[in-house]
Amino acid sequence: MQRHLISAADLTRDDAVLILDTAEEMARVADRPIKKLPTLRGRTVVNLFFEDSTRTRISFEAAEKRLSADVINFTAKGSSVSKGESLKDTAQTLEAMGVDAVVIRHSASGAPYRLATSGWIDAAVVNAGDGTHQHPTQALLDAFTMRRRLVGRDAGLGKDLDGRRITLVGDILHSRVARSNVDLLHTLGAEVTLVAPPTLLPVGVETWPCEVSYDLDSTLSKSDAVMLLRVQRERMNAAFFPTEREYSRRYGLDGDRMAKMPGHAIVMHPGPMVRGMEITAEVADSDRCTVVEQVTNGVSIRMAVLYLLLGGNEPAVAHARPTEEK
Amino acid sequence: MSKTLIRGAKVLGGEPQDVLIDGGTVAEVGTGLSAEGAQVVEAGGKVLLPGLVDLHTHLREPGREDSETVLTGTRAAASGGYTNVFAMANTFPVADTAGVVEQVWRLGKESGYCDVQPIGAVTVGLEGSKLAELGAMHESAAGVTVFSDDGKCVHDAVIMRRALEYVKAFDGVVAQHAQEPRLTEGAQMNEGVVSAELGLGGWPAVAEESVIARDVLLAEHVGSRVHICHLSTAGSVEIVRWAKSRGIDVTAEVTPHHLLLTDELVRSYNPVYKVNPPLRTERDVTALREALADGTIDIVATDHAPHPHEDKDCEWAAAAMGMVGLETALSVVQETMVDTGLLDWAGVADRMSFKPAQIGRATGHGRPVSAGEPANLTLVDTAYRGQVDPAGFASRSRNTPYEGRELPGRVTHTWLRGKATLVDGKLT
Repeated sequence: MQRHLISAADLTRDDAVLILDTAEEMARVADRPIKKLPTLRGRTVVNLFFEDSTRTRISFEAAEKRLSADVINFTAKGSSVSKGESLKDTAQTLEAMGVDAVVIRHSASGAPYRLATSGWIDAAVVNAGDGTHQHPTQALLDAFTMRRRLVGRDAGLGKDLDGRRITLVGDILHSRVARSNVDLLHTLGAEVTLVAPPTLLPVGVETWPCEVSYDLDSTLSKSDAVMLLRVQRERMNAAFFPTEREYSRRYGLDGDRMAKMPGHAIVMHPGPMVRGMEITAEVADSDRCTVVEQVTNGVSIRMAVLYLLLGGNEPAVAHARPTEEK
Repeated sequence: MSKTLIRGAKVLGGEPQDVLIDGGTVAEVGTGLSAEGAQVVEAGGKVLLPGLVDLHTHLREPGREDSETVLTGTRAAASGGYTNVFAMANTFPVADTAGVVEQVWRLGKESGYCDVQPIGAVTVGLEGSKLAELGAMHESAAGVTVFSDDGKCVHDAVIMRRALEYVKAFDGVVAQHAQEPRLTEGAQMNEGVVSAELGLGGWPAVAEESVIARDVLLAEHVGSRVHICHLSTAGSVEIVRWAKSRGIDVTAEVTPHHLLLTDELVRSYNPVYKVNPPLRTERDVTALREALADGTIDIVATDHAPHPHEDKDCEWAAAAMGMVGLETALSVVQETMVDTGLLDWAGVADRMSFKPAQIGRATGHGRPVSAGEPANLTLVDTAYRGQVDPAGFASRSRNTPYEGRELPGRVTHTWLRGKATLVDGKLT
């Protein structure tokens, strides 16, 4: 494993499978009455959130606390950042406090990369989402969810997603989730298809390791998983598509469309869902929809990532048990 | 008056000759010259060029003296071999009145390192809606001939048309920063494969090309001359080539960095590569070099854009756009154009001195190196290769993309009207 997790593209297949396997171990902790390991006791992790994201921050915080890390939450709102302090200044303050890892969320693409590579700080850096660039732990939790559903919880150990066909639908252009997923799923051997109106696909997408389609209906019958991406309503004002109604007709997933998917295929969404536009309530509430599982799996994945980045080189739970008994 | 004898210099890259400077003028060019009491500079085969002229410099004064002042900027210019720079209007306050342009012009005269010709804003406050007092700026002591809202595009077609028409009255030229604003909202870098991968807002080539296409047609329609700042795309080159073939009075510039660097460098997220217009692709770089060689692009202009350290030592999105260029321009041109065989030194003199002076109507600069001409000269050690060390820059700012990069060529001497401003690489 590398020292930082900035991009899903930085992960080799073996790195990714190791994280997924470690996350399975971490998931077992959640089944215990006391959901806690002493693995990161004495380590300090800062959640440095320059952009609001309650869901991701709570997921990281839960993961850190289950590993017994000392957690500091830093949000930009009301902080010295709003008084003009730069990312560099903030980083150096944290460095002076001796933090071991920084989980950073930032509206600017590349901010975590700069934090990790500019010599401002010595801690491990975990990208919790930067601009429209990357969100690697989201991709990992998505892959973890797919492996569990499509390969099997125990049967999946040590395995990747070779040959699985995954379709991502929606605002690819502005989605760090899409970028991260394309990179990771390709590394794990899956065949990815992106579906969106041409206005919501980035220039140069033809060079990405995936297929591209403007037509959702033609991809459904050959998809093992269909992942819907959030479409921000303000995009309509920028003329990315004419109306919410037209978007929903062409790219929304309803019961009729879900019926075209193979029986084993799942529906995914990184949340929060816009019901009625991207996904109907019928689909969102069906047992084929993994949205709630994805949230649960997010904690396991983030535990695995923090454990591995902060020095774990043995199976996490096996390593932790003797310590627990002391 | 003092005399200087430059012995054995390759004038415009030709055979070694001696050049005698007497006072502010070139007195004689020939072989075996001697002069009683003259200070002798042994050129030893270095290349002697007319003092360089930069049609596109940001000196930041008034208003951002923490980035650059007229004095530090002109010292940087002298270090880079320049004897005349045109100072862009996007200062604070904006150079949109006779008062501000006269202030900049006067500070240039007082610096003594390099002549400064202020560029006047086309519109009040660079806001694009109301013409600035173009005539008053021309009639001021500064004698403004070039007008530009650089940093912003004059995007309103009617305002652009009126500006082009109006400056005909005093042989002025409008220098356009071609950037369609709606197409570049949120733009952070060149739109393409790299921007998509990095998740940075894209600045599409068509945002530049569409404005250039419109403006050359406007210039044709009103019979005026238009200058296009910092061309950055292969498509822009094609439009300018077409316009020239049609007889439209258009000139264009390219920056040294657009001749050398590509958007692949942005993968580092290092804001030192953040510039407007953005670094483009290898294909664009090739097209720009060829266009500069064949004359489609008339001149090299630095777009010297100094910023203090803290404005660049941050995350990409927060960083200021621009890079310094006066002190490295000639080296980059040697690397990309001369050492590649695309341009000889006479061509460099044409693109970096003669033509920019003509476009800006800078009398006294961009003149031949011959008897009777003003002694604005620069001597270049073309055999030199070394790593760029910004610690030695005369500019107040250090935001260069070339730190640690090996580049050829070094300006050793600069003379402004016969007075040495740079001797053996050191400012006087």
